[in-house]
Amino acid sequence: MAYEERAEPQAAWAESSPVVAFWRQTVAVAAAELHKLRRDPWELLTRAVQPALWLLIFGEVFARVHGITAGGVSYLSFLAPGVLAQSTLFIAIFYGIIVIWERDLGILQKLLVTPAARAALVLGKGLSASVRGLAQALIVYALAAVIRVPLHFGIVSIIGVFVFVSLGAVLFSTFSLTIACLLKTRERFMGIGQVLTMPLFFASNAIYPLALMPRWLRAVADVNPLTYLVDALRTLMVGKVPGAFSLGVDFGVLTLLTIAMVMLASRLYPKVVS
Amino acid sequence: MSSDTEARPAPVKAAIETTRLSRQFGKLTAVDSLDLSVPPGTLFGLLGPNGAGKSTLIKMLITLLPPTSGTATVAGCDIRRQAVAVRRRIGYVPQLLSADGALTGRENLELFAKLYGIPRRERAQRIDQVLTVMKLEEVAHTLVQRYSGGMIRRLEIGQSLLHEPRVLFLDEPTVGLDPLARQAVWERLHALRDTHGITLFMTTHDMEEADKLCEAVAIMNRGRVVAMGAPNELKARVRSGASLGDVFAHFSGESLEQEGDYRGIRGTRRTASRLG
Repeated sequence: MAYEERAEPQAAWAESSPVVAFWRQTVAVAAAELHKLRRDPWELLTRAVQPALWLLIFGEVFARVHGITAGGVSYLSFLAPGVLAQSTLFIAIFYGIIVIWERDLGILQKLLVTPAARAALVLGKGLSASVRGLAQALIVYALAAVIRVPLHFGIVSIIGVFVFVSLGAVLFSTFSLTIACLLKTRERFMGIGQVLTMPLFFASNAIYPLALMPRWLRAVADVNPLTYLVDALRTLMVGKVPGAFSLGVDFGVLTLLTIAMVMLASRLYPKVVS
Repeated sequence: MSSDTEARPAPVKAAIETTRLSRQFGKLTAVDSLDLSVPPGTLFGLLGPNGAGKSTLIKMLITLLPPTSGTATVAGCDIRRQAVAVRRRIGYVPQLLSADGALTGRENLELFAKLYGIPRRERAQRIDQVLTVMKLEEVAHTLVQRYSGGMIRRLEIGQSLLHEPRVLFLDEPTVGLDPLARQAVWERLHALRDTHGITLFMTTHDMEEADKLCEAVAIMNRGRVVAMGAPNELKARVRSGASLGDVFAHFSGESLEQEGDYRGIRGTRRTASRLG
């Protein structure tokens, strides 16, 4: 009796625009992740160590190697965007562990039983990776300012850098989620994570120009998404170096791959619990 | 929606109804052509030894796992064709710890309120209400990792109630809780059913608990329901003076002591230690 006649608030909520609903769900997931980050600022500080080592030690030494021609800019200027792209990659590539962790706890099961779009659950995690990436961007800019690496500090170029870092972080974190969904256990995932990062890093233009690479490596670098991220960041931070793609190409490649990854990860997401 | 409530008794529309519901994993049939009907507003207990197909059944009903054949309706919606509509109308409390320990109680509730699409103006009010009903107002801003097991369970149940589900699925809701916390959880569940007419569908290993609290139980074995009815009815069917444990043993062919494999025990203990 009462059962049938009870008002159904759930049905009314469903009627708002699906795009708005999708965005709200995405932001809700990202916001929850950011609450955690806000309580643990140590994580952001320890993340600053790696780019500092790359710039202050590796960079300073390699700036003295004359073989690396960086297209007319100083090696440290050339390296700074590479280090930023690399630390974005490193932050995002282990993101998949979250899905395994939440599955083991039971959080994921409960999230998947809500009417929220799977893609929103995935993209929300990706956006929280972006925030971590943006913190890295600030760190790299700060380091560069301290050791006086000439970079473009204009507002437009900084906004552009933020856009590309966010995009890259979403791409690599959802790539990581996809892999985690396929591997399903923490041990296998950690193993693969290590195996993936270094090749992505070395087969890119992060620390040396594409022009220096042997033919086969160049071919790998051309299909490596990290190359396009580095390329865009470098164009924005130091200006166009010889052999660079246009920003439009970089943006197009990264956006298409990101969309593909979010779609793939959201297809695989429910499989983790079945 | 039905207009004929006066002359005849209201037609009983089942809260959960399965029709030859089956799920296979390779050659193994986890759920075997199962027909089950749970009337609305029931406190329903699903019992059975590990490997009987209980969790596979629940996973299908909450739309986490597609059936191999057959189907089911939950709160009037088809689990295959209307999965999102089902999700809007159900709540789920997994056996595992499902509240996020790195967030406060309130933040956990906020996340779910947003995922259920509860409009902003209603959100705060509903969250406050849940905090009050679950007696968590004082710890609303405390990180969940500092909660006791009973508090976590109450929060998890609260999370699954924000959107007023018609059917609430609970997987071993009191495992790992001390008797006092257990009592508190049960009082909450009872109150819910009485005030909201919600249907509670739960699995449990605790026969005494099932006997005391469930109005109807189904005993599952090898993917099928081998017995179903009110606990007293089933006990009388076995022999006079039988306990629900005897009923369980009678129908599942297993005694409770033998039950549980390594993985199952590890899972239960792990949950118990997290909650405890």
